[in-house]
Amino acid sequence: MPGEAELRLRERLGRLRSMNLLGGTKLSADLERLQRQLERLEEEPTDEDIWRSVELARHSDRPYTLDYVERMLDDWVELHGDRSRADDEAIVAGIGRFAGRTVTLIGHQKGRDLKDRQLRNFGMAFPEGYGKAMRVMELAERHGFPVITLVDTPGAYPGVAAEQHGQGGAIARSQALQARLGVPIVSCIIGEGGSGGAIAIALADRVLMQENAIYSVISPEGCAAILWRDAGQARKAAAAFKPDATHCLELGVIDAIVFEPEGGAQADHDDAARLLAEALHGALEELDGVVGDDLRRARREKFRSMGVYA
Amino acid sequence: MVEPRVDVSIERKDAGAAAAPARRHPNTCPTCGSHYRDDELRANLRVCPQCGHHFAVQARERIEQLSDPGSFEEEAAEVRSADPLAFFDLRPYAERLAEAELATGLGEAIVVGRATLEEHPCVLSVMDFSFLGGSMGSAVGEKFARACETAAVHDAPLVSVTASGGARMQEGILSLMQLPKTVCAVEDLRDSGGAMFSVMAHPTTAGVLASFASLGDVLVAEPGALLSFTGPRVVQQTTREKLPDDFGLAESNYRFGHVDAIVPRSELRGFLARLLRLFSHAG
Repeated sequence: MPGEAELRLRERLGRLRSMNLLGGTKLSADLERLQRQLERLEEEPTDEDIWRSVELARHSDRPYTLDYVERMLDDWVELHGDRSRADDEAIVAGIGRFAGRTVTLIGHQKGRDLKDRQLRNFGMAFPEGYGKAMRVMELAERHGFPVITLVDTPGAYPGVAAEQHGQGGAIARSQALQARLGVPIVSCIIGEGGSGGAIAIALADRVLMQENAIYSVISPEGCAAILWRDAGQARKAAAAFKPDATHCLELGVIDAIVFEPEGGAQADHDDAARLLAEALHGALEELDGVVGDDLRRARREKFRSMGVYA
Repeated sequence: MVEPRVDVSIERKDAGAAAAPARRHPNTCPTCGSHYRDDELRANLRVCPQCGHHFAVQARERIEQLSDPGSFEEEAAEVRSADPLAFFDLRPYAERLAEAELATGLGEAIVVGRATLEEHPCVLSVMDFSFLGGSMGSAVGEKFARACETAAVHDAPLVSVTASGGARMQEGILSLMQLPKTVCAVEDLRDSGGAMFSVMAHPTTAGVLASFASLGDVLVAEPGALLSFTGPRVVQQTTREKLPDDFGLAESNYRFGHVDAIVPRSELRGFLARLLRLFSHAG
């Protein structure tokens, strides 16, 4: 089905093609990328493709936020703590140099080995994590630094203390703050974009998604447990709610797909980081020179128009 | 065995359809076991006269309870859910939608429109748990966003009453996108100088709690309402933690500083009227 996403892509492609008369390698790279995205859109992913994305998005060797930070940013200074209660290690935040400018970067962080996984709470943040994200966004606003967010979480942590500390309110307020920011925000879903815990840091001017990432309202297992009353039906659930990048692009939820090295991002962290940096840089350049009020307005309009109803 | 004080079975998103077999009559109080005729319960605002348990209130009845008689003018009534994913679990989503509409007489899980409350103009946005568990899909998000716009245009505060299990899974990622959508709508309302009062009824959970419901200028909870991002059953299963008796309830949220007031239903109209007076530009 030629969705809105396809039409948008075709339009951009057409624009770039006509500009290409001026030459320039950057443009031809863009052109190639758009062409590949268009080709992807034309091929409907199968149920097996979708499940493969679920597995790759959760692959234990997949690069995590700090793997990208190390490869994409210079002079990284990590900032800790929400200035109120704690430092939630499931979210990392800091300042660094990216493609010649100072940026703030906020991302979910998963752990690699057992101990690290526990420390990072499997990338599941408490309200304190969103508190840390918010205060770093405020810092970005004060100094005019763009905000980059990398999303990789199974979801916000579902625990007693997290509830007592106000998980729902924290996720709502973090989104509200992003709706108010006057600096550019670019997000990329780099692994699991799990529900409220993901959108809490993904209300952005440009939302990118890696080829094998997933973005969903609930985990396949959770959906299966509720609708099929059997968590074992996760494959069926994933096929039904379509959390893969192609469908997200088609539904207008993301702006572009970021390609991964052959076989998936886990196969080559350096190359995955290079492709991600290129995409983030392109998105930031598109937003260069746009004043705060216009950024805010366009960002809100973008999300205001999301959804399909009769 | 003492019965649990509040029914927390909110994960059952197909409420109204396949109810648990041992479910009691809807007019039997789950707290004290008293049974009522529908008209007496209705006359008492669906609060148990014996023990004060707050029963669920459907959207139309809530609007009657809060607004001046005849003042409510519904808006965006024509907005209906679509089925963008052609979603099919044990049954097609389209069938669940049609069934919910037949069972509730509502087009969606939310009713919005202009009204007056003790003669103060306001915009009402009221959710209905009996329509697919009050879940938020694209149509609910759109109707709430329109309510924010109406409130801004008419310079009238928005009174939001929520009762929802969260995002509507059958709309996949688009239902998650209703969180930022409604948040952006509230931010636009704020920029216009408009006020929003959020009344959280049982249950206000997950996606709705994690978006517009938490963003009111004043947050009000009904007694005994479950207000949690994750429901108790999932928390229990995931963490194996022993849950406190008042896990996620309005009273616990109040103690931890997440709501401004717990207002019994009999006082809700008066409480909202006081807020509308305080926030009216006329002074």
